[in-house]
Amino acid sequence: MNRVLGDRRAIVVLLGPALVLYSLVMLVPVVWSFGYTAFEGNAISGFHFVGLDNFRELVSDPKAHEALWFTVRFALVLTVVQVGAGYALALFYVFVLRRRSGLVRTLVFFPVVIPTVAVALLFQQLFEVAPRTGPVNQLLELVGLSPVDWFSAGGTSFVVLLLMETWRSMGFYAVLLYAGLIDIPEEMIESARLDGASWLALVRHIVVPLSLPVLLASLVFSINGTLKVFDSVVALTSGGPGSTTTPLTLYMFQTSFAYGQYGYGSTIALLLSVLCLLVTLVIFRSARRDATEA
Amino acid sequence: MSTGTLTGTTVTSSAAPRASKGPRRRTARRVLAAIATTVLLVIVAYPLIWLVLGSFKSQDEFLNNSVFALPESWSLDNYATAWTEGNLGTYIRNSVVAVFPSLALTIVLGVAAAFALQVMVWRGRNVVLFLFLAGIMVPAQMILLPLFTIYVRTGLTGTLWPLIITYTAIGLPLTVFMIATYFRGVPREIFEAAALDGAGALRTFLTIGFPLIRNAIFTVALVQFFFIWNDLLIALTFTSRDDLRTIQVGLLNFTGQFGQVQYGPTFAAISLNVLGTLAIYLVLNQRVMKGLTAGSVKG
Repeated sequence: MNRVLGDRRAIVVLLGPALVLYSLVMLVPVVWSFGYTAFEGNAISGFHFVGLDNFRELVSDPKAHEALWFTVRFALVLTVVQVGAGYALALFYVFVLRRRSGLVRTLVFFPVVIPTVAVALLFQQLFEVAPRTGPVNQLLELVGLSPVDWFSAGGTSFVVLLLMETWRSMGFYAVLLYAGLIDIPEEMIESARLDGASWLALVRHIVVPLSLPVLLASLVFSINGTLKVFDSVVALTSGGPGSTTTPLTLYMFQTSFAYGQYGYGSTIALLLSVLCLLVTLVIFRSARRDATEA
Repeated sequence: MSTGTLTGTTVTSSAAPRASKGPRRRTARRVLAAIATTVLLVIVAYPLIWLVLGSFKSQDEFLNNSVFALPESWSLDNYATAWTEGNLGTYIRNSVVAVFPSLALTIVLGVAAAFALQVMVWRGRNVVLFLFLAGIMVPAQMILLPLFTIYVRTGLTGTLWPLIITYTAIGLPLTVFMIATYFRGVPREIFEAAALDGAGALRTFLTIGFPLIRNAIFTVALVQFFFIWNDLLIALTFTSRDDLRTIQVGLLNFTGQFGQVQYGPTFAAISLNVLGTLAIYLVLNQRVMKGLTAGSVKG
């Protein structure tokens, strides 16, 4: 029996193709990309060794700082907003709609599966100001405010990005957190309610602590996803106006493919990877500490 | 007996005042819930309805009528223009040609690997499993440049192969991770019984392992489909020629193709992209929701 399930030939046949492909297309390139950070040039013009110059450039490059700052700001704010909106929705499903929430969950989830490019182009039209006034600006005019040229400044573009990403993802976090919330035993909430706990106290002392694991998982997904944001920014603002909405991912793409600086591009990609890794480790570590305290 | 009466009286006495003020409060709550639900659904649905309505409007209607107006006629002209002049047909074909082979490869290779890693017994399998999982966190930007170099050198850039190869490899970590989790849920005795009955490992995989988690495989395939179909980064990097663009890259360049923004065809193109996903989603929504939330690790 163990001879059969330990059959080496079968293991090679089953695992071999996947492992070879994964190694060649993911693992080797990761190491290779790491190697690029010590070079300057690209595949067409050739490479020459520059040692740590790329890292020095990264430290002193104001555009890299701007991209890093945008990435961090975007990830933090969007994580709070989208997980917050998702949690509010999940609470709404569980405590207000209860069993009737099925259809609402299905509809609110739908934007999650729409291609990001389509959503971004749609939001461009929704927030348009010229040559035609889009619905959002029309609504602003209707309530007596002046229309806003959303994509003419970094701040307002950031707001549209946030709104769009929240619209796109809140249904996802709602379903994820809903799954965590329905696991809470009903008697627990019922007995607390009979003891006279207010709605707020109920959420603070029972619901949040008991849904903490899935809440933390949502935070990890969200931060990891938002740090890697690319599609939505490219399609909505293409990083503009200027470079005010350029995240590290897009800056890496531009330096590599528009300016042909593979070495510097790889250095930016490395910074991004380290950032993702650090954030995940920090959240997991704090999650573990919470689990042991509880 | 006496305690029984005691609890009986307390229940009735506390239930009486609640009954008198209950219905009104409950109705108020219901109305509030209904209003909140309506607002929520309008926020979710209105942009999409507005989009589809726009796909029927003429350029003139776009520039002169209110944005909230209904289209004056319901002709499919915009769709035809998007399809032919906008090359949408080519883009969709490219997407199909790139997505389905990589989907099939990801699933076949991933399920086999997950079986070898989760069900079979050998030293070092945890290390290999961890190696696969590490791939979930690596940003795609980290592998773009080396792959670009290889694809240029091997002359693959003029084809859709770079997309197929890259999608398959990128899909493997999540597929292996999810399928391994499903295999973990299957009682080991089933596989051991098969082995005792004289089935080899490969046969156990094909006749027992694979069919047992067939539904799970379908769910994972669905999740991977949405990831690959919606991808922009990989497709943008590895498709240099216009006739190789996938739907997402094509859509991104869509407005530029007409010079001045042709609203109708643009709206039609976006609508087609949205309606396709809507169709799949409506048929399989439970599975999509479950699968995506289970497989959300990829972020």
